[in-house]
Amino acid sequence: MMAEHLPILQVVLPLAVAPLIVLARDRGFAWVATTVVSYGCLAIAIALAVQVAASGTISYAIGSWPAPWGIEYRVDALSVFVLVLVSLTASLVAPYAQRSIAAEVADDRAYLMYAMYCLCLAGLLGITITGDAFNLFVFLEISSLSTYVLIALGRNRKALVAAYQYMLMGTVGATFYVIGVGLLYLMTGTLNLADMAARLREVDELRPVLAALAFITVGIGLKLALFPLHQWLPNAYAYAPSMATAFIAATATKVSVYVVLRYYFMVFDPAQLFAHLPTREVFIALSVAGMLVASLVALFESDVKRLFAYSSVAQIGYITLGIGLDNQASLTGSITHLLNHGVTKGAIFVLLGGVALRYGTQSMSVANLAGLARRMPLTAFGLVIAGLSLIGIPGTAGFVSKWYLIMGALEQGLWWVVGVILAASLIAAAYVWRVVEVAYLCPARGEWRGGEAPIGMLTAALAMVILCVYFGFDTTFSVGGAREAADLLLRAQK
Amino acid sequence: MKDDIILRVIAKLVMPFMLLFALYVQFHGDLGPGGGFQAGVIAAAAIVFYAIIFGLPAGRKLAPEWLVEKILAVGVLLYAGVGIAGLFLGGTYLDYFVLDADPVHGQHRGIFWVEVGVALTVSGTMLKLFYMFAGRGRDGEEL
Amino acid sequence: MSAFAGHYAYWITIFLMVAGMYILIARGNLLKKLIGLALLQTSVYLLYIAPAKLIGGSAPIIAGGFSTYSNPLPHVLILTAIVVGVATLALGLALVVRIRETYGSIEEDEILALDSADDG
Repeated sequence: MMAEHLPILQVVLPLAVAPLIVLARDRGFAWVATTVVSYGCLAIAIALAVQVAASGTISYAIGSWPAPWGIEYRVDALSVFVLVLVSLTASLVAPYAQRSIAAEVADDRAYLMYAMYCLCLAGLLGITITGDAFNLFVFLEISSLSTYVLIALGRNRKALVAAYQYMLMGTVGATFYVIGVGLLYLMTGTLNLADMAARLREVDELRPVLAALAFITVGIGLKLALFPLHQWLPNAYAYAPSMATAFIAATATKVSVYVVLRYYFMVFDPAQLFAHLPTREVFIALSVAGMLVASLVALFESDVKRLFAYSSVAQIGYITLGIGLDNQASLTGSITHLLNHGVTKGAIFVLLGGVALRYGTQSMSVANLAGLARRMPLTAFGLVIAGLSLIGIPGTAGFVSKWYLIMGALEQGLWWVVGVILAASLIAAAYVWRVVEVAYLCPARGEWRGGEAPIGMLTAALAMVILCVYFGFDTTFSVGGAREAADLLLRAQK
Repeated sequence: MKDDIILRVIAKLVMPFMLLFALYVQFHGDLGPGGGFQAGVIAAAAIVFYAIIFGLPAGRKLAPEWLVEKILAVGVLLYAGVGIAGLFLGGTYLDYFVLDADPVHGQHRGIFWVEVGVALTVSGTMLKLFYMFAGRGRDGEEL
Repeated sequence: MSAFAGHYAYWITIFLMVAGMYILIARGNLLKKLIGLALLQTSVYLLYIAPAKLIGGSAPIIAGGFSTYSNPLPHVLILTAIVVGVATLALGLALVVRIRETYGSIEEDEILALDSADDG
């Protein structure tokens, strides 16, 4: 009986546990509940993936109101990929967050952080699974508001300013998205995404639809940290509590990429719209700029968390480059990179969290990492492997997605794009080498509380590092799932 | 302000009407502007009004903070509970048709309980926000 | 003339939207930025509700003698959006209160100066 209700349980599980955590007020119960919820969501996501692989797109009508009138949850190959990514990250980060949260948040408020975590998870899963445009906005704001709170709980007072700036830009982004949806609703009369796609094909007045495309692109671009709308990201990732950064870095921007993919390929009519506006060219230009500029800034950045935050902006540039190139190989590369970058950055930020815990400071400079290899050998090794995946060395996950992106660029005949991808990877090699050199080759200095990272955080990080290497060799799930999703998008485009 | 006799008397006269108006707005959401959110805000405004006139400690005695937090969470759980009841009774989530033998009456019932949940959560949230903001001194100490 | 008079609601929407965005960008006081944000969100409410009223439409409750009803869906959407706006404003104000407590100021340039003094 429960099997047919899996789509809604995916969202209801974290959404209903959050108020339970608030009622119980107990820190231990909050941690247990969050862990159970994360594993439960992962189980449901995998069950949905199996169902979709067996029988195609699942549609679930909430309230028994049939599709165009009621809110519909649609699960297809693309959404299932992102669902598994988000719940996998939550399952790897949440159970091991206890030590980190105990060190960073006051004891009597810790249960609130866990409640925010559950709400953020519910919001992200809801964005991925809903088939209704306004329902997407509601979940977008649920996840965004809880993200702002999670970031503001950082110990450094700059976390407050970072959260405030992210809140301003994120809310403007969501408001632009609502304006776009409003214009689409005025032109088509429906909010259901599948129905909207059908009706958009018959609209004769194109200008409001083009305006809606522009508003939705800029709005989601702000959430996505598309260059030059990325200004909130470095501060937010650097000053947030480490477990919050690990969770957000791997999920929030990826889900926004999902929204862009959904709208561009399965709602808007590509033949008419992309012919009227140079969307592909703009995407390629902004992605290239983001990759190069962000990588260069990362090269000269002294704070190690900000370094990897700018690296995230560059990696998001890779993902949007794949969307701009718009063929099967590049889309496969983009969607695979959602997963690969998620595990890579998640691993890096959890490891950095362990370092922050043992070093007793929140903002670390690269120089402070001197001698890390002698003090915390497993952490340093994990950083090396994750760094290799970031660069895209063959044998790691990063290489697989970049390979497909290069294939896609070659198919379009854009040799200069291949050059840019390789150049950005070289710059990534340079800044990863900075960190590795300081960790392995410099004598240790600075205060250190002794010991490796706590066993919980180490387990989570090493699990993600192992996934980095695993997805570099066995690509059946990552590339297979991504190719299914890319095929789905390209088929809907016809 | 509790020393000013006019304010005190008017507050005591007006507060019951404010709460009654909140209930009116709550139950007439089907037929006119109204519903859970508006009713919750009006109810919270009544208690905020009391706290402004008679002082924050008196307001805290009337609506203790732990109670406000619990009401907040109970409202969300009530809404989710109505949805899950729809699951157990054979329909989909938030299915009101199956909540009663007559589907139309089921709709009435479902919307009634959902709006009660919304009103509880919204009034709890507004009161909690008021306590958080009003309860801080100029330099961050808890008043 | 009819382009203005017939669509006055949309002209007001555009004015509020641009005014809100200008305040958001141009003012350095954190509270004023929040007010700009609230104005921006309010203009969106108007964008949805103005087309919901159909000419000659009555309240959307089925009653005899009426054939055209106003569209109730945008009103429902905007109720949700208003709640989201209230939550955002509350969170923003809480952040401003905390920033005032830790930094001692809510002017953006003073906060940036204090931050770079921290770093340098």
